[in-house]
Amino acid sequence: MSNAFYQVLRRELLTAFRRIADVFNPLWFFIIVITLFPLGVGPEPQLLMRIAPGIIWVAALLSSLLSLERLFKDDFSDGGLEQLMLSPYPLPLLVTAKMIAHWLLTGLPIILISPLIAVLLSLDLTTYWAVLLTLLIGTPVLSFIGAIGVALTVGLRKGGIILSLIMLPLCIPVLIFSTMAIDAASFNQSFVGPLAILGAMSIASITLAPFAVAAALRVSVS
Amino acid sequence: MWKWLHPYAKAQTSYELAGKLVPWFVAVCSISFVVGLVWGLAFAPADYQQGDSFRIIYIHVPSAIMSMGAYTSMAIAAFIGLVWQIRLADMAVAAMAPVGAVFTFIALFTGAAWGKPMWGAWWVWDARLTSELILLFLYLGVIALYNAFSDKVLAGRAAGILTLVGVVNIPIIHYSVEWWNTLHQGATITKFAKPSIDSSMLWPLLIMLLAFKAFFGALMLMRFRNEILQRECHRPWVKALVMQEK
Repeated sequence: MSNAFYQVLRRELLTAFRRIADVFNPLWFFIIVITLFPLGVGPEPQLLMRIAPGIIWVAALLSSLLSLERLFKDDFSDGGLEQLMLSPYPLPLLVTAKMIAHWLLTGLPIILISPLIAVLLSLDLTTYWAVLLTLLIGTPVLSFIGAIGVALTVGLRKGGIILSLIMLPLCIPVLIFSTMAIDAASFNQSFVGPLAILGAMSIASITLAPFAVAAALRVSVS
Repeated sequence: MWKWLHPYAKAQTSYELAGKLVPWFVAVCSISFVVGLVWGLAFAPADYQQGDSFRIIYIHVPSAIMSMGAYTSMAIAAFIGLVWQIRLADMAVAAMAPVGAVFTFIALFTGAAWGKPMWGAWWVWDARLTSELILLFLYLGVIALYNAFSDKVLAGRAAGILTLVGVVNIPIIHYSVEWWNTLHQGATITKFAKPSIDSSMLWPLLIMLLAFKAFFGALMLMRFRNEILQRECHRPWVKALVMQEK
């Protein structure tokens, strides 16, 4: 069973690396959105530091939204998804592999380039640590909750706008607690509390979302 | 034990039952609405601090409670639809969603109208207001998803799954005023203790709550009947019904 899990994970990563542009495009989008803010509100370091948590998280949310459709769309149109559902292995397990692959391809790159973001938004070191930790704990939630939305809308011809309508409200709590943690860190306060709630959301979505995704796929592919 | 329930899995029986129940809900709603509104707006004593503007609670509190109650009912119906594969439960979800969305909007709107003179702002980003706004977005998401499918059977099931995913927000809204130290006051009547409101103000509020519940029931049943007719429009009994009405 774990073999099937690794096979799906490997296949996802392989197909993504064969078309490497798909991995980089959301990342460019993330960086471009971040550069828009200093241009829009003015380049004062004090101001940027104050609004940095919001900028980073809104940009992360939008870029993950942009890359979400890839999660099931191609497999849906070429019939691979149907084969996956017909396989003898439990569907929640297989979709978990797909979602983890999605996080590795969208969440992790954002974390890897976060030092660059810290420089762009003139963050100090403690704030940067908070940004890093919230991204590390919070971005899996975006992938896992987003997967539910994609699974529900994959059969629709114009699913993109519906996807953002149903996914963004569900992701607002992540945004709230992440920015709360980063805010606390920027005032040199302890940010363990919001981080713990973020961790709880992360664990809850990782354990429960696969079942919701499997149920949603059974509705969409029928 | 559940045998009496079985006939209602058939659309026609449910349609007829809903038709019989609507007048009762309408009657309860109109009587309690008039009584509660007149009592609350004219006879209940004015608040010692807020004066007469506190009277908006007779609309605000029932609609806020019903905004969450409607979502919970939707989630229960969605659960029944998913687990026991009862199509009528999915239709009930679709029937309830717009009504619940309007209740949420009324709660937000009356809250804003009260907040302007009392807090000095139409809107503050406080925990309960924000989570109620998210609830409105969730309702809109469910409605949008339901309308996006052309196959209404699939639409009902997809909307049901989304409803169940979103139900985590309900306890967050209810306890937000206790978990976070916010501007919005704590629960007054929906708690396991003596209500922190004088009985002269409480009674009209409870009657208004009954009125809103009956209002929701009546609207929901009417929409439910329409939903059944639309989905079953190819069935002989619907055709017979339409011919008969002519």
